[in-house]
Amino acid sequence: MAGANTNLDAEKIRRDFPVVTSSINGKPVVYLDSANTSQKPEVVIDAMTAFMREGYAPINRSAYSLAAEATERYEAARTKVAKFINAKSSREIVFTKNATEALNLIAYSWGRTNLKRGDVVVLTHMEHHANIVPWQMLQQEIGIELRWVPLTADFQLDLSSLASLLAGAKVFSFTSMSNVLGTINPVEKLCAAAHAVGALAIVDACQSVPHTPTNVQAWGADFTMFSSHKMCGPSGVGVLWGREELLEAIPPFLGGGNMISEVRLDGFKCAELPAKFEAGTPPITEVVGLGAAVDYLSGIGMANVRRHEVEMSSYVLENLTSRFGDEITIHGPRNPELRGATFSFAFRGIHPHDLSQILDQTNVCVRAGHHCAKPLMKIIGANATTRASFYLYNTKADADALANALDSASDIF
Amino acid sequence: MPGVEDLYREIILDHYRTPRNRGELPPPAVCTEGNNPLCGDDIRIFLDIADGVVRDVKFSGQGCSISQSSTSMMTVAIKGRPVDEVRALVRRFKHMMTLSDDDGAVDESIKLGDIEALGGVVKFPVRIKCATLGWNTLLEGLNSTQG
Repeated sequence: MAGANTNLDAEKIRRDFPVVTSSINGKPVVYLDSANTSQKPEVVIDAMTAFMREGYAPINRSAYSLAAEATERYEAARTKVAKFINAKSSREIVFTKNATEALNLIAYSWGRTNLKRGDVVVLTHMEHHANIVPWQMLQQEIGIELRWVPLTADFQLDLSSLASLLAGAKVFSFTSMSNVLGTINPVEKLCAAAHAVGALAIVDACQSVPHTPTNVQAWGADFTMFSSHKMCGPSGVGVLWGREELLEAIPPFLGGGNMISEVRLDGFKCAELPAKFEAGTPPITEVVGLGAAVDYLSGIGMANVRRHEVEMSSYVLENLTSRFGDEITIHGPRNPELRGATFSFAFRGIHPHDLSQILDQTNVCVRAGHHCAKPLMKIIGANATTRASFYLYNTKADADALANALDSASDIF
Repeated sequence: MPGVEDLYREIILDHYRTPRNRGELPPPAVCTEGNNPLCGDDIRIFLDIADGVVRDVKFSGQGCSISQSSTSMMTVAIKGRPVDEVRALVRRFKHMMTLSDDDGAVDESIKLGDIEALGGVVKFPVRIKCATLGWNTLLEGLNSTQG
């Protein structure tokens, strides 16, 4: 039973995903690592296979019809992505290698153009390394100052001192949802706070775009980025969205083919958006796959995905706490409305690496480690955590399988 | 899929629950830190070396059962031994973990004793780094005390 107030039938959806319904050694796979990377539905696999079998060709540079059609498929995906996040125009959608590259692009192209020694960039304590290290690289290079929004005891951003942290800042770059805690941040409010002091608002949306409706215009953000591979699409492609006038105003990131309109011995002229930021042959098949993933998710409806995950969160929180009480510590908000279905936890003092190894015996796939958020791990006082993350294809049976596997883990230690 | 019983042998769990030589040594003992960026484990090895002999060794830090027990067993095996014997033991151990890059130098006659119990780790490739963390850190410590 998927629940009465949702239009999403997870039992039916999971049959779309070959790995989700697969078995290893006769035992079903319980895939709970979607915050890391999601599984792929048949329609995405088929779209990519069919494209490589029947439609593959270079884009943007050849006159023959096969190439023209490939270009159309590639550009159609861009239009789908633009609509998916409510961008003003598909010119605002740039395909990158992944979200990490998109963040580096902004730090490099916007940061090196607009920041000077002593300028302030504000980040939060719940950022992924991808939204920390590019800024630290700028700090080393030009001597910017980094400030950090701390956390409250219930794993929210502590906004009590936000005004003073933002005072004089040039950039506020933050995650829309923590990949460790599951905390969903008030993106609109944070963008408004950044703009109130004239700072740029950058939203790392990797963890929210796959799970909930996204409207970049309603956010009022300046730049955002996310990964295809976390939203049912293939790895190897990410998305950068930026307000057109901002993308127009900054220099290119990588130089080479496709991103130029003119090259002479004494210089070059950039191509129009978005080609300006897509140097070299892009991941053509992967972009086609991302387009199919966007169609798939749009068909289900992102509001339905979100409702399903709120239900899953309620169930997981209730199930784990009632079953294990003080033996489990969940690092994240207790209110399912304030969080995504990503749960980092400590369990009976068993090291996460050992725990995930034991869960693997029953094919329960979870992540163990620091989740590329080492500063956050230090703040919550853990060297590592075990993380189970749920998506549209997970059911209450998966949550039960996790709980059962956890229960048997302590037999060994 | 190999069973976890190949991994979590009793002697390993014993060293995990009751680690030997846990603690720190004051300077001039050499302290070397190692970490496993994948799982966030970190380990510090303290070495008191004099006249070419490991007179005392201690370790601190935190990590999973495999990294902790492997390091604990290692300290028992090397305490009081000449440095060249310790180096040969490290080579022998890393060879068992199939990570040795100079196979020719491995002396198969060297007895690993309890440490043999870690042989099952090679069936779980992602855990090899856990088992070798303490040993690589030891090697770094030995190298830093030379010359």
